Amino acid sequence: MSIMTTPALPTKPATAPNRVATSLGQPAGLLSTLGAWVLALCWIAPLLYAFWAAIHPSEFATKLIWNAPLTFDNFIAAWEAAPFARYFLNTTMLVTMILMIQLVLCTLAAYAFARYEFCGKNILFSLMLVQLMVMPEILIVRNYQTLSQLGLVDTLFGIGLPYFASAFAIFLLRQTFKTIPKELVEAAMMEGATALQVLRHVYIPLAKPTYLAFALVSVSYHWNNFLWPLVVSNSVESRPLTVGLQVFSSTDQGIDWSIITAATLLTSGPLLLGFLIFQRQFVQSFMRAGIK
Amino acid sequence: MTLTSRHIHAYLLLLPAFIFLVGFTHYPAIGTLIDSLMSTPRAGRAAVFVGLENYQVMSEDPNFWKALRNNFWFALATIPISIALSIAMALWVNDKIAGRQFLRLSFFLPTVLPMIAVANIWIFFYTPGYGLINQVLGVFGFASQNFLGDPQLALGAVTVVAIWKEAGFFMIFYLAALQTLSPSYQEAAQIEGAGRWYFFRRIQWPLLMPTTIFVLVNALINAFRMVDHIIVMTKGGPDNATSLLLFYLYEVGFSFWDRGYASALTAVLLLILAVVGLLQFFMLDRRTHYR
Repeated sequence: MSIMTTPALPTKPATAPNRVATSLGQPAGLLSTLGAWVLALCWIAPLLYAFWAAIHPSEFATKLIWNAPLTFDNFIAAWEAAPFARYFLNTTMLVTMILMIQLVLCTLAAYAFARYEFCGKNILFSLMLVQLMVMPEILIVRNYQTLSQLGLVDTLFGIGLPYFASAFAIFLLRQTFKTIPKELVEAAMMEGATALQVLRHVYIPLAKPTYLAFALVSVSYHWNNFLWPLVVSNSVESRPLTVGLQVFSSTDQGIDWSIITAATLLTSGPLLLGFLIFQRQFVQSFMRAGIK
Repeated sequence: MTLTSRHIHAYLLLLPAFIFLVGFTHYPAIGTLIDSLMSTPRAGRAAVFVGLENYQVMSEDPNFWKALRNNFWFALATIPISIALSIAMALWVNDKIAGRQFLRLSFFLPTVLPMIAVANIWIFFYTPGYGLINQVLGVFGFASQNFLGDPQLALGAVTVVAIWKEAGFFMIFYLAALQTLSPSYQEAAQIEGAGRWYFFRRIQWPLLMPTTIFVLVNALINAFRMVDHIIVMTKGGPDNATSLLLFYLYEVGFSFWDRGYASALTAVLLLILAVVGLLQFFMLDRRTHYR
């Protein structure tokens, strides 16, 4: 999903306290509450249904009977039917690699935009923002050519390559860096710190919440990314989970729905679990990411 | 530090990120425009300049027009509906309402999950005969529908999935904006005896305008970017009924391997995104009057 930036909202300091739970609106009326619940049940129904199908034998997949027997076999069958362990490893490596490189490259670029004056700064900044609108997957045909010229087709590194620089991260970090008081920087300079030391010991520690927000957005984006990896990956060794799941569920070899839903839940499992555990941070970092 | 060395310092900091930005955004964008004027290289024949031939082919290609038309309807349906729903969701979750945590979780959950995974679940949901939607229809005495196989229904069916996936994401931005509104508006409205709807229409909606513009731009980009569910659910079928622009481009580029024509299609997509970009630019300009 694409996340743009909306500079018109008031930007909160990087350490703004949690306001999600504190500022509640007015009490909702009965009709309104009912409407909310109907919509919420519609929204979660597909997931509950999938969960139902996955934990029951396949003959109960479409029969919602209260006392249907529970089973874990669908998960085991799915796990054994395709190299999901390898796909998990691939996705984990891919997501980690992209995030690490993004953090380094974007921190350096954001530092330059936040604290340096140089010729062409505005032009370069605008050029950078173009990526918010034209993401690498739009230019898929040409980017694939670039990748094959580099000999990186069908590698995890090739899947990650176009995403190493993120305009979103640069913008987000620049906004945060700009809120850091000049006095802190000057004090550090007086102590004889070099520019990179100031970045390392003043800017980065103070921008921790922004880093966390970006990390969550980046991990969920690349865990879910599909079109580009689909085009680039060609073998079990380089296929991330999303593409693996697609290969698995589109081979029409009489796989039943219970197993497909089990595989589907397996692949979303870590994100789902992570979301349930970090629900508040997750929602907040999406909010922070959006409003900065 | 001298002035020049500060300049050099800044450029060095920017260099690594810009190698990738230019390499995978600007360079391919320009390359695509050039490729769209060339023929597709085939075995033994290099690409040659063909002028506007690819665009000529495009203007006579019914599949292109079909994809463009589908994409137009897809955008026209997903954008207003998902925005309206996301506002309702945000207002509910922002109120004192029974089961707030559960509501927020339900609304937001589709957003975190991979589109390709949830699309699989939706196929199951839509299955003719025994899928849940058809079972519910059956209870009310309606005939079973083949949602993804019927050209009349398929585009609607994939549109519903897109709305379901997106609305919770937009809700977060509205929620964030609602939390920044001062509680005194609401107190004043209560003293004046303003109703819930009146309060929303006259106070919250205008104050949420910047967020709406922001979400609108996002929704517009997404409408031309979302293809994962098409690849999984319908592959553009039946009879191209669900083919969207990016999906068609993907097909031309990677099933037919027609690079020249795929580049021309990419150019159209870039043009659309450029229009969206300009739209945002002018609306951003206008909305400053609100502050």
